[in-house]
Amino acid sequence: MSLQDNEKEMEKDKENKNTNEILADALADKSSRRSFIKNLSIGAAAASATLVTGCVPGADAAVSGEMRLRWQEFFKKNYRLMTEEEKEQTVSRLERLAALKDGLELQIGSEPPLPKVLYGYAFNITRCEGFMECVTACIKENNLDRKTHTQYIRIFEMEPGQLDPSTGDGKYFHEVPVENKFYMGTQCFHCENAPCTKACPTKATWREPDGIVVVDYDWCIGCRYCQAACPYFGRRFNWGKAEIPKEEITTKQHYLGNRLRPMGKMEKCTFCIQRTRKGRLPACVEACPTGSRVFGNLLDPDSEIRYVLKHKKVFRMKEELGTEPKFWYFID
Amino acid sequence: MSAHTNRNVRTFIIDVFRWNLRGGIGFQLFRLLLLGCMAMGIYAYSFQARFGLSVTGMNDIISWGFYISNFTFLVGVAAAAVMLILPAYVFHDPNFHRVVIIGEGVAVGALVMCLSFIVVDLGGPLQAWHLIPGIGIFNFPSSILAWDVLVLNGYLLLNALVPAYILYSHYMGRKANEKLYRPFVFLSIFWAFSIHMVTAFLYQGLPARPFWNNPLLGPRFLASAFAAGPALIALILAVIHNFTSYKIDRSVFNKLRLIIVISAIINLLMLFSEIFKEFYFPTHHSSAAVYLFFGMDGHDSLVPWIWTSVCVNLAATLVLAFNPGKNNPKVLLPACVFLFVAIWMEKGIGLIVPGLIPSPLGEIVDYLPTWVELTVTLGIFALGITVVSWLIRAALIIEERYEH
Repeated sequence: MSLQDNEKEMEKDKENKNTNEILADALADKSSRRSFIKNLSIGAAAASATLVTGCVPGADAAVSGEMRLRWQEFFKKNYRLMTEEEKEQTVSRLERLAALKDGLELQIGSEPPLPKVLYGYAFNITRCEGFMECVTACIKENNLDRKTHTQYIRIFEMEPGQLDPSTGDGKYFHEVPVENKFYMGTQCFHCENAPCTKACPTKATWREPDGIVVVDYDWCIGCRYCQAACPYFGRRFNWGKAEIPKEEITTKQHYLGNRLRPMGKMEKCTFCIQRTRKGRLPACVEACPTGSRVFGNLLDPDSEIRYVLKHKKVFRMKEELGTEPKFWYFID
Repeated sequence: MSAHTNRNVRTFIIDVFRWNLRGGIGFQLFRLLLLGCMAMGIYAYSFQARFGLSVTGMNDIISWGFYISNFTFLVGVAAAAVMLILPAYVFHDPNFHRVVIIGEGVAVGALVMCLSFIVVDLGGPLQAWHLIPGIGIFNFPSSILAWDVLVLNGYLLLNALVPAYILYSHYMGRKANEKLYRPFVFLSIFWAFSIHMVTAFLYQGLPARPFWNNPLLGPRFLASAFAAGPALIALILAVIHNFTSYKIDRSVFNKLRLIIVISAIINLLMLFSEIFKEFYFPTHHSSAAVYLFFGMDGHDSLVPWIWTSVCVNLAATLVLAFNPGKNNPKVLLPACVFLFVAIWMEKGIGLIVPGLIPSPLGEIVDYLPTWVELTVTLGIFALGITVVSWLIRAALIIEERYEH
């Protein structure tokens, strides 16, 4: 769906709007300047409102229903400013839109951060053998674009004596593990002092209380300043429309996580927010056959991640930048 | 000519349109050419609107390309108007007073182009309203991009409204009240420096990109802007001098030459200082400069580009400095063209693209703009030239009438 089409359909939506719906809309939200603008445009639409939709079921109703949903989606707020109710409304709108447009049955969640949780991640460079099961699992779980081969996780084959992935080979294509080489994975490091969130001109990306750096895909304007600001190459942009085979779409989604991203928006690793906020492990951790990936709650003294940080020799990438990543490498 | 008493804001606007729509066959062809270029730009942009930025040469590694390069350069051109405002209003140079309005027209055109380049570079232009304080969220003061939006729009307002007021007063046949607009003129002088410093800080503030994360970037932006901008203004003044009845004093060109030479020399000095730092003892942080000047791992698409720019820049600066033609326009004007192009090459693509290469994970790819990017850029340039020519044509007619 291109932006132009989107706009056109919203225009049509304006015209087709049922008077009853307009009234209901106007009554439903009284506050906020944004809804004031919305009501203004609805007022303009009321003049040309026809009685096509509403109680008459059928194809027309479905189409104009879709346009109505799009219109409401276009003028919604930044996720962080939404009330719980508004979050549920937008999530159900997105589900209905996916059903109407692509016949997809999605379950999009808006789970809040769990109390007393701060996520941390550790990567065992002694154990990883470069199988890239994590990459495959991540692509599948997070509905990444198959056309441009988007990857949140990168695995670098490293020569001994090096610890900086930029000196490694990120494009290896041969049998692994190779004698006398080791492997280092990179992804978004969920920095405590994240340069990307500081750069964003519209506050469309931020760090959640549980430490996950997220993007509100619908609030992002696609300026890509965050991508320039990230010292870890942690962000990916939707240059075109993402292509995912319909049967491969992961339907259990989160608003801030793996839901299908619109064209022209930034995306990134979210520690599989759709899983971790329900107490599950990220897909990469679950998929790793060597047990090189450790994920857990940094605030829980009995967690595995705390054990690693206490007993192993750990280091972080580009520590000198002061970004305080929540991602450690360690040696057995 | 109608009597002054019959004039008002309405006739002012109508006259501006009337003057601009009339003209000889050559002028009409020029307008038609610009219109054609803009139409081509819109056609090319329609692909971008449909298929997203995937139709450009940019990717996750080189995430900013030709658009942002041109944006960065044009902010400098806009800021350079101050080099006419400063002598005109601070040193009360009467010859500069006659041309200051042209400089302001160029600034407005450059800013229109800057803002257009930002809009076409956005992935979600329909969401641009998210930036408007009140209905959107403005990440101020944390995001330098938010600062940039603020200073660019502010500068556009200052450079549009002050001349509009002066011209309207002259149109009405009265002297503009200097007490009224003088504070805004001084504000615009400070503002000119701020737009270019803030734009430099946009890049300078990113520790992720060592090539940009360099305290010299801001001052160097100013120096190159005060060379390239006045060079462009000198060329525009030469066109006006030759093709209209509005004659420009020789001394203006001589003084502009001095401004250009001093700025160009400071710019070269800082370039030399940067090159010294990168290559005397190359570190991990020098890899972008190595890629730019010598190529890396077989990727060397920018090497001829940057060396052409540096050589042309050096040659043009020398010609302007030693002035072999003794102020002969046949020598000075081509030198201005070459200097302008050299700085455009260096401060556009030559600054933005290598800043992103190699990626933070050490990957190197080459960047080549696609026909969409080139055509959209052509369209935006045509838009800018149209804006400048409309403003200057109206301004010159009003000024000439007022002078007589």
